[in-house]
Amino acid sequence: MQRYSGFGLVKHALSHHENWQRQWRNPTPKPAYDVIIVGGGGHGLATAYYLAKEFGITNVAVIEKGWLGGGNTARNTTIVRSNYLWDESAFLYEHAMKLWEGLSQDLNYNVMFSQRGVMNLGHTLQDMRDVQRRVNANRLNGIDSEVLDTAGVQKIVPIMDCSKNARYPVLGASWQPRAGVARHDAVAWGYARGADALGVDILQQTEVTGFKIRDGQIYGVHTNRGDIEAKTVGCVAAGNSGVLAGMAGFKLPLESHPLQALVSEPIKPVLDTVVMSNHVHGYVSQSDKGDLVIGAGIDGYNGYGQRGSYPTVEHTLQAIVEMFPIFSRVRMNRQWGGVVDTCPDACPILSKTPVKGLYFNCGWGTGGFKATPGSGHVFAASLAKGEMHPIAAPFSIDRFHSGALIDEHGAAGVAH
Amino acid sequence: MFIIYCPYCCEYREEEEFHPKGQAHIERPKDPEACSDEEWGDYLFFRDNPRGVHHEMWVHAVGCRKFFNVTRHTVSYKILETYKMGEKPSVTAESVAATTTPESVQKEGVRA
Repeated sequence: MQRYSGFGLVKHALSHHENWQRQWRNPTPKPAYDVIIVGGGGHGLATAYYLAKEFGITNVAVIEKGWLGGGNTARNTTIVRSNYLWDESAFLYEHAMKLWEGLSQDLNYNVMFSQRGVMNLGHTLQDMRDVQRRVNANRLNGIDSEVLDTAGVQKIVPIMDCSKNARYPVLGASWQPRAGVARHDAVAWGYARGADALGVDILQQTEVTGFKIRDGQIYGVHTNRGDIEAKTVGCVAAGNSGVLAGMAGFKLPLESHPLQALVSEPIKPVLDTVVMSNHVHGYVSQSDKGDLVIGAGIDGYNGYGQRGSYPTVEHTLQAIVEMFPIFSRVRMNRQWGGVVDTCPDACPILSKTPVKGLYFNCGWGTGGFKATPGSGHVFAASLAKGEMHPIAAPFSIDRFHSGALIDEHGAAGVAH
Repeated sequence: MFIIYCPYCCEYREEEEFHPKGQAHIERPKDPEACSDEEWGDYLFFRDNPRGVHHEMWVHAVGCRKFFNVTRHTVSYKILETYKMGEKPSVTAESVAATTTPESVQKEGVRA
């Protein structure tokens, strides 16, 4: 792999930037691998990367039916934070946060991770009680978190309407300074380039059409480019996980919903942090390019179409204008939808399945992007050892029968 | 924007008058105390999530406030029928599969 550096940039300038090495190969599938990852989004590519880098398993294929990072990795609002309430999820997301902090160096790829802070607003007394509870829980778990009052919020975000006359007055917020945003495409490409350099085969436009299962043990997959064998298969297919589980003969407690986001026309720098509100139901940040990146809730019905409904757009923008009257005449440029696989307890599934050797990493719902490095890391460890990593273990699919749910609706209901 | 036919009001109304309420035709176990953990967990949490024809419950929240059922395609989002509670759907995944050709399925997908 050609390493990127300032010197390299100057060197390639001499040849008019025409001789850059391709970031990854486009190999033909081998008949067999040690491990197959189904799904070439951020989580799948991260899994492949850590399998090769940390666990020395390089005979790995990543199978992607479209192109790399063409699903939810490219369809989110790029927010990264780890201020979750319960220990299980706090450990998982904080594990990811620590990896984010060194990710650009580790991958030799600028993922533009910008720790500009994330603010979760409280608009009612109960909101503020929940904020305080979550902040205290975060601090006990070693996660940076603070409670802000109205003046504190106004100081960080001067353009927000913090007046008492607001329909939903801002009473305060939780504030995580280490949180922020990252460039979503770069995350997928950086992991792909890193994994490819270590020998992982990335097979794009290859669709899994079935699993090869014998005596309850998986030994390969059927694809539109022929059968590929492997004794260990990890599925990281987000919204399509339920379809894959159906092929393997079991059900997942997931429902796929459209989640949409939108960006405005670019404007001058006006918002240098991420603001979220569960109560009025919207979140916003400003990208380096200047456009406002806005998101909100899922459409309530199940759907696999990668688009959202107009009532949800209207509702989202009402919330944004409520918080930021200054944005009332900003025009929206683009709107898109992704298919998110939501779990009943708003927490992911990282689990073994009834089929031996087949693992699932899914159910990230509306907030998977922030977990990309951590999810990939613990899932790779689980695939390599055949036992779920201690951080991943509580997220077993068994919890829906044992009752040990991890109810993160308070932290995950909307704000991602 | 969906335009949904409420089978109780017998009128087409806009989506915003309604709320989706999840999968239809889920029966609560007759004797919950006798359920195993598997049966109870399946009843509470495991839902059909088809990429295709889906039967779901909606409520006419700001209209007649009655619950009813909708059969809808989850890729094209096309509403195939609406029917009252207690009734059986006349359009199902099987009946649709029997009448569609691969070309028409592809056409549906183009709208995505």
